[in-house]
Amino acid sequence: MNDGSPHELSAAYALDALDGDELEAYETHLAGCERCREEVASFRETASTLAYDVDLRAPPETLEHRILAAARAERPNVVPLRQRVAIPAAALSAAAAVAAIALGIWAVHLSNSLDRQKSIRKDQKALIDILSDCSKTPTSGSSGAVCVAPTEKAVLIADSLPAASPDKTYEAWVIVGNSVQPAGLFRGGAGRKYILLTEPVRAPAKVAVTLEKRGGVPAPTSAILLQAQVRPS
Amino acid sequence: MSGRGEGGVISLRGRRTGQSRTTARELAHLSDEAVVALVERSDEQALAELYRRFGRLAYGLAFRILRDDALAQDAVQEAFLGVWRAAGRFTAERAKPSTWLLTLVHRRAVDLVRREERRRTEPLQPETEPAGAEAADEAELATQRQAIREALRRLPAEQREAIELAYYGGYTQSELAERLGQPLGTIKSRMFTGLARLRQDLGEDAHARFGPA
Repeated sequence: MNDGSPHELSAAYALDALDGDELEAYETHLAGCERCREEVASFRETASTLAYDVDLRAPPETLEHRILAAARAERPNVVPLRQRVAIPAAALSAAAAVAAIALGIWAVHLSNSLDRQKSIRKDQKALIDILSDCSKTPTSGSSGAVCVAPTEKAVLIADSLPAASPDKTYEAWVIVGNSVQPAGLFRGGAGRKYILLTEPVRAPAKVAVTLEKRGGVPAPTSAILLQAQVRPS
Repeated sequence: MSGRGEGGVISLRGRRTGQSRTTARELAHLSDEAVVALVERSDEQALAELYRRFGRLAYGLAFRILRDDALAQDAVQEAFLGVWRAAGRFTAERAKPSTWLLTLVHRRAVDLVRREERRRTEPLQPETEPAGAEAADEAELATQRQAIREALRRLPAEQREAIELAYYGGYTQSELAERLGQPLGTIKSRMFTGLARLRQDLGEDAHARFGPA
């Protein structure tokens, strides 16, 4: 086990070629070695591409049913998504739209930094998490809605706010009593936009949008264009 | 188990014939990450969608390693249930969903092959059975396969051998050292150098295919 550097074992580990004591020792090492974990994650990705050089084989049709039945048996209290949320169809098509947008961005930025991709994936996942289980308050002013998840994370849905000019930006606010917190910048434009708010929305609270100078401002300086009063459910 | 399974099948069919058809179509537009995010919320339709995307690949991999239908099914089932159970622990920063799932399949298949002592006589022999598959879904898979095949071909033979025996054969590095009559250190460095080279090769390849025109 001690011949050679443990770092060299990252490849064998990613190929699942360690077992017994070797495996145990390496996993212990891994727990304390951030660099090794990154190396393993990267090697795993390479190793898993080897799966694509296997001939596809149709599994028996019963396998899908077996898997789903076993999944259900493990979580007997699972309620199908459609029955659980208030606006399932909207949420799901919203999620689909977001995914399509994010995928578009993703494709464009494929050659950009990994960080960018990571943050898009993260935002996308956060958006879908919220949209798939949230309560929705329609906005007044320009049309849209605010969706607040039980975690108090929220998404602002803005329908067709005209695109902000290059020197301007829309800025979202979360207002609770006298506290007015900036909660994200966006550009608007044709169609429906989903804005992941950077501030939690703890009802009763108001979510509002104003048009501000590019880069945003710490407190609103112009008229509210749309707003939603989020009440405790 | 079979009673429970049957019940599940029936209720699933019931829902499929109705409203969930739209759901399936909507799910089809989601990225893999989004589907996993929904699986995380205990959404069965999302689990079914994940299976639709990766079931055949997963089964193909498990079968290649295990050479046994029942064991391959077990490996695939365990992997998908692993996603179902652990979706909350999935961190988007760590791995793509496909990597995560295929890692689970591989680990499970390798565990089974070692436990069963079911050593394949010739793990390097490629499968011959063609895939009767839908062309649209296949295009991307075919591209991936082409890329990995070519990358493997460019590896020095002894590195390719170590990697293929480990990945498709489920051999441990110690078993490989014995089988190939090489010191353990040599096997380790063949795997490491080979996998690093593959990574670089595939990375450049992806850049050439998808990078700026």
